[in-house]
Amino acid sequence: MTTTTDIESSRTTGPGPRIHRRPGARIFSTAVAVLAIAVVLGIAGIVVGSGTIHWEIIAQYFFAPVMLNGVATTLMLTVVSLAASAVLGTLLAAMRISGNPVLRTIASAYIWFFRGTPLLVQIVFWFNLGLFLPRLDIAGFTISTNSLITPTTAALLGLFLNVSAFMCEVIRGGLLAVDTGQTEAALSIGMTPRRALLRIVLPQAIRVILPAAGNLAIDLLKATSLVYVIGTKEILGTVQGIAAQNFYVIEMLIVASLWYLVLVSVASLGQSWLEARLARGIGAAQPPAARPNL
Amino acid sequence: MTTPLLDHAVRMHGLQKSFGAVRVLHGVDLTVERGQAAFIIGPSGSGKSTLLRCVNSLESYDGGELWVDGYLVGAERRGDRWIEASATLTASRRARIGMVFQRFNLFPNMTALENVTAGLRMVLKQESKQAFERGRELLARVGLANRADSYPSQLSGGQQQRVAIARAIAANPSIVLFDEPTSALDPELVGEVLAVMRDLARDGMTMLIVTHEISFAEEVGDVVHFIDGGKVAESGSPSAVIRHSNNPRTAEFLARIRKPG
Ligand SMILES: Nc1ncnc2c1ncn2[C@@H]1O[C@H](COP(=O)(O)OP(=O)(O)OP(=O)(O)O)[C@@H](O)[C@H]1O
Ligand SMILES: [Mg+2]
Repeated sequence: MTTTTDIESSRTTGPGPRIHRRPGARIFSTAVAVLAIAVVLGIAGIVVGSGTIHWEIIAQYFFAPVMLNGVATTLMLTVVSLAASAVLGTLLAAMRISGNPVLRTIASAYIWFFRGTPLLVQIVFWFNLGLFLPRLDIAGFTISTNSLITPTTAALLGLFLNVSAFMCEVIRGGLLAVDTGQTEAALSIGMTPRRALLRIVLPQAIRVILPAAGNLAIDLLKATSLVYVIGTKEILGTVQGIAAQNFYVIEMLIVASLWYLVLVSVASLGQSWLEARLARGIGAAQPPAARPNL
Repeated sequence: MTTPLLDHAVRMHGLQKSFGAVRVLHGVDLTVERGQAAFIIGPSGSGKSTLLRCVNSLESYDGGELWVDGYLVGAERRGDRWIEASATLTASRRARIGMVFQRFNLFPNMTALENVTAGLRMVLKQESKQAFERGRELLARVGLANRADSYPSQLSGGQQQRVAIARAIAANPSIVLFDEPTSALDPELVGEVLAVMRDLARDGMTMLIVTHEISFAEEVGDVVHFIDGGKVAESGSPSAVIRHSNNPRTAEFLARIRKPG
């Protein structure tokens, strides 16, 4: 197969005449670049040069213990709801691809509801669960709902139930991306359908699932900021609390933004590393999906 | 007392199969004797793949009888009644039937050796060392001793199909099913796959082969079945069906596939 890069390199290194770039094109692209830099510097000048941002406040609060607590809470919310959603999402995906129409319908309805209503509404709903369900009767024990539903548990519940719906679709997409011929080959060597799914299909589906789940994790990391409305002290909740006392609203929002940027950047690095590892595991230059099956 | 059915590798009688409202198999009668290389030829859509897939339960059938190796496919005996076979029983029966697919269906995340030994290791639970030893023998048998550590994406189509054949015969199956094993191959790669199949037939492997390679069927086949419209239209020796058929449908089909385009 000939790719664009092959053509480009043969132009400059092959035996034929050397073909140069059009001179006009270079002047135009330089002009565009200069203009773009001017616009960016202009905007930065308006923001920084106005002189009302107290950078020393940002430095003072960035590593403050109360701030680090908020960061830890954000991480905890992300990791716990992600892990729980991996379990519920797998269960829902198994229900959606199962032959049982009742299970399929229940899973579809779940996804329809949790994807179709705003996350913020869901979080507020769980926080106020006690309003219409004052008591929970679980296995003979009666528990007051308000003693269970704290800002943290309501946040976890809201995030995890919501992300599970998306996780289910990610996992299902990964399973469907594996050719049915793989299942048939696995069955033909004597595997039961369950073993074929676990030993043959799932390991291949992981290659599709992990990158998509990584994007989901990064979205979730930022979506955790929504739970400040119910008083959870994660990053945004923490800076709001501080700003209410010292009135440095913009400075504290910058502290929050910087922390989110740090966390998201680290997560993105981890994701790239994971994807590179997965691509290497296949033992070939190309991943299997890109291979013409002939 | 042995029942006469045990003497056959495959025996089907009045086999019927529908997909929804569309009937694909209209009562197929067909027998494969042990050690036979049996060929199935016929036009596209006549039900050849469906027939083959019924033999190892990749499709269920909804009428007639299908016996493989002495058992009734899809069923097990409970006292004097037949009940639907369990998933585990079906799986263990499939382990005794090899299948070679048109598009190879090798596991892309496993090397050739791992592919060939997948059934031995993951289904029959053999020790890796013993399984890999057997796997290397099998790869040598299909002429790929030196490609044991290659992944499918690093192999040509012909090589991939030879690995797939080695995988299909790894567990000493009582029969191997081939569904158009050379149809997805570039013409220059067809020969190496047919050579491996020829060797298997010579070693007495029971084979049921769907193919459009008429001259190969003529050379290697013990018997040829011509399927048309979901029924066996004609069965007999290769020369009887391919050279001296009186059936106008057979003649028409053969004329069509011999004239490419
Ligand atoms: N899973 C399925 N659902 C619905 N219809 C199907 C299914 N599988 C096969 N069919 C139909 O059954 C008929 C027979 O299909 P089959 O694949 O057995 O034919 P074939 O003889 O193998 O043809 P070919 O030479 O093209 O492979 C075709 O009309 C096909 O469209
Ligand atoms: Mg077919």
